[in-house]
Amino acid sequence: MKGYFPLFLLLQTGMTGVFVALDFFLFYFFWEVMLLPMYFLIGIWGGPRREYAAIKFFLYTLVGSVMMLLVMIAFYFYSEGNTFNILTLMDQSVHIGPMTAHNFRLLCWLGLMIAFAIKVPVFPFHTWLPDAHVEAPTAISVILAGILLKMGTYGMIRFCYPIFPDITFEFAKWIAVFGMINIVYGALCAMAQKDFKRLIAYSSISHMGFCLLGMASFTNEGMNGAVLQMFNHGTITAQLFLIVGIIYDRVHHRDLEGFGGLAHIMPRYAVWTAIAFFAALGLPGLSGFISEALVFLGAFKMWPWYTAVSVSGVVLTAAYVLWTYQRVFLGKINEKYKNLPEISWRETVTLAPLALIVVILGVYPKAMLDIMNATLVGINQLFVK
Amino acid sequence: MILGLLQHISIQNLIWLICLLPLVSSCINWLLSASSSKLPSKAANSLASFVGISGPLLAFFSALIVFWVLTGIENSEAFAITGPLYQWIGFGGWSIDIGLRVDQLSLVMALVVTGVGTLIHIYSIGYMRGDDGYPRYFAELNLFLFFMLLLILADNLILMFVGWEGVGLCSYLLIGFWFSDIEKAKAGKKAFVVNRIGDFAFIIGIFLIWKMLAGQPIVGGSPLNFETLERNAAFLLPIATPVCIALFIGACGKSAQIPLYVWLPDAMAGPTPVSALIHAATMVTAGVYMIARLNFLYVLSPLALNIVAYTGAATALFAATIGLTQRDIKKVLAYSTISQLGYMFLAEGVGAFGAGIFHLVTHAFFKAALFLGAGSVIHALHGEQDLFNMGGLKKYLPGTFAVFFVAALAISGIWPLAGFYSKDEILWQVYERGYTGLWVIGFITAGMTAFYMFRATSLAFFGNLRIGEDKKHHIHESSISMLVPLVLLGVLSISGGWIKNSIGTFLEPRFASVTLEEVTHHENMEHILAVISVLWAAHWAFVAWIVYVQKPSWPEAMANKFRKIHSLLMNKYFVDEIYDAIVIKPLAWISETALWKGFDIPIIDNVGVNGSGRVVGFFGKLAAVLQTGLTPHYLFFMVIGISIVVGWLVF
Repeated sequence: MKGYFPLFLLLQTGMTGVFVALDFFLFYFFWEVMLLPMYFLIGIWGGPRREYAAIKFFLYTLVGSVMMLLVMIAFYFYSEGNTFNILTLMDQSVHIGPMTAHNFRLLCWLGLMIAFAIKVPVFPFHTWLPDAHVEAPTAISVILAGILLKMGTYGMIRFCYPIFPDITFEFAKWIAVFGMINIVYGALCAMAQKDFKRLIAYSSISHMGFCLLGMASFTNEGMNGAVLQMFNHGTITAQLFLIVGIIYDRVHHRDLEGFGGLAHIMPRYAVWTAIAFFAALGLPGLSGFISEALVFLGAFKMWPWYTAVSVSGVVLTAAYVLWTYQRVFLGKINEKYKNLPEISWRETVTLAPLALIVVILGVYPKAMLDIMNATLVGINQLFVK
Repeated sequence: MILGLLQHISIQNLIWLICLLPLVSSCINWLLSASSSKLPSKAANSLASFVGISGPLLAFFSALIVFWVLTGIENSEAFAITGPLYQWIGFGGWSIDIGLRVDQLSLVMALVVTGVGTLIHIYSIGYMRGDDGYPRYFAELNLFLFFMLLLILADNLILMFVGWEGVGLCSYLLIGFWFSDIEKAKAGKKAFVVNRIGDFAFIIGIFLIWKMLAGQPIVGGSPLNFETLERNAAFLLPIATPVCIALFIGACGKSAQIPLYVWLPDAMAGPTPVSALIHAATMVTAGVYMIARLNFLYVLSPLALNIVAYTGAATALFAATIGLTQRDIKKVLAYSTISQLGYMFLAEGVGAFGAGIFHLVTHAFFKAALFLGAGSVIHALHGEQDLFNMGGLKKYLPGTFAVFFVAALAISGIWPLAGFYSKDEILWQVYERGYTGLWVIGFITAGMTAFYMFRATSLAFFGNLRIGEDKKHHIHESSISMLVPLVLLGVLSISGGWIKNSIGTFLEPRFASVTLEEVTHHENMEHILAVISVLWAAHWAFVAWIVYVQKPSWPEAMANKFRKIHSLLMNKYFVDEIYDAIVIKPLAWISETALWKGFDIPIIDNVGVNGSGRVVGFFGKLAAVLQTGLTPHYLFFMVIGISIVVGWLVF
């Protein structure tokens, strides 16, 4: 424990830093700061294959970081007045300087995009995620899914969009296509899983696809939906990982075939799970629906066919989520687990605020939308031309 | 004092109350359910039933008051909107608001849903007595009512979709109410997932509208508001057909039409009052309601209307044939529901929206009566649902029998009961509008309906008692709380059709008229057809009675003679098996064998990710071979290097 909390707090510093940095160098610095504690947290307190997972996570992200580093240095030398300031870069890129050469911009855009895509993770860079999730301890899984993944999509909106509006627009089709693949492919893979945590990891890939799809739309609805989806995915998937953690603490396995009838033994746990599960499958009235609907509304204007295919992911999601619920909670009581304790108040306290946010944002999403909209409208302005 | 209070309540508040009262009841019952382990179960259950009944009952009264007030205003339509409670989603230029709308159509629906809903809630007290999850049951049933009313009263498509999914959720929860039985849990899941397939098409329809209206100079507020849509329907003309077809597929899911009807028979796993309320009287009619609500869109696309009509007719016939052979009393009623819903779509498809809604109303009465009657039988026989293990119950359950019999007459379309008026209206409209082929299908189906309903009635209530001796003395008529709703529904099944003319004129302003070529009044023809169809239905009802009561050996002989057809019908045309083979199994194969084990792990992860790791490792090892640690080797490499560089420079 002595080592765990310092690392955890360092991780938090890194994450917060990434989201508040307005300087590319600072951003990169925090990005790397976040990486190291994560490596140790998974590698020391993880499951049986923790070292493999930790190294895979570290190296994979590092590949992205290197590209980001190169782009950053290129920016520094090619920008007027040699700056790392994101706002200045945004300004310059649209107007002047040596940064306007198309191929140069394309290269930089690609480098950044891949760095962020690994983090999201976008198909086909996603395989580190299930491994990292399965091996990481519960709290780390929650952080990983809830916050770390958003650094990828945040980076895209913060860098790729305003600094390279032209290239982004040129490749918007591919962003939409990869969003679609993420949604459908993630859902299909999730359906095949027998391991509870791996299933949620794949569902996470599927849900991050909505962000990409929404971003590719260049509409107010789509962009707002994408950012809201980042937030909602953070709250919903965090709940899901906590839920897996709660049952893992009690039975020490995550095999979906090995449960059954838990709703009888732990009824309150079953209710909390139901809220999170229904939020995950986008039930109206809960927050997941709002962001998915906005993403679809926006994306359908721009990419009707890709969106139509993506919407089928919603059917698949319903199928695997309910199937999972059935396997874990419904049916006959499994005699082995007759005496499992109900969830404790500590566990309830971690779940309840997240569930509350999910409900509130489902009923009154404007609480979030009004905040985000101002920035996103600004970014969207770049594409109106 | 109460009157003084009433003056402060605006009609808008009352409309909100219709919708929110069941939600309040539901919330209280959820709390009760959560704390039921700490309360004495008797007190908790009494409180649960009190709360569970008062919500729907008060909602019904609110709906009645709204109805009286709105129809009492002279020279004006019965129409009111609450206006937005708040902006739900919205930025800058557009918004989706939370708002309700009451007009003739939604008012009729709200009255039926709250009225029949209240009766079924009352019935549930007796039916569910002693169940462990009693407060949970009422919480879920109340929640259903809330979502159903939201669906009906919503003033825009998205809010309607919220109700649409919400009732699906409640249906899932209530089908799997007894979730220890994994089969029941599976039935709930099947219902939700099949409905989701329909919803997939539904939202695509909404997106199409959204895309089309974006950037158009539309008149009015939020683009998905029904009012705005109706006023700007002309903009939607180019995409009316795909939109209407997509929305209709959504309706097929919710209202159990071909090809998405498969969940409804399985949904009978839920408690019987649930089957009556959700899977017969209200939720499954949501698709019918939605098409009636959007009739101004459907009239833009004759093709889509034709698809609706033909699907409806096909489903009506198809489900009726399956109903002929089912052994489970609830399954018979389930297929009958599918078949009757087919009639409603048939009516809407030929443009007779009013007739469709009228049949929806009468169907809610007599089908609820039939289901509750069946529930009463099942309750009396301690869970026995097989018709061939019943028989002769007339003597033991006289009240139930009377209601069931009347409702069976009503659904068969015998004059002057409710079903006669509505079914006859549909068949007449179909005939008058020139769809003779569809009329023939409807007519044949009517005969089958009479046959299978009286087959069920005869098997259950007439003839010899086929139940074991040990169970015989347990058979008892249901308690008063179950009988009262039954009798009331029986009365409605008789008299519900008499409002035909008034409901017709009441609804008329809501429906765009499908232009008929110079309607000449064929009143004689209408009467002749009515008489023929009554005789036809009566004939088949009588035949069923003869076959199953007087000549009990005949059905078996018939089944043997036409064994292939019989087993085809008995096995529901093997549709479940076909879907399993062409949809579910391939999907499972794609997801597990092809994608995950065949692509994700070996190709992407092993070759791509770990492969690149191995390549780097390989070059690392290659370089390591050179690092021998011996100075002579390094000197040797140095000499080679220098000579190359020098050579390069010199030559």
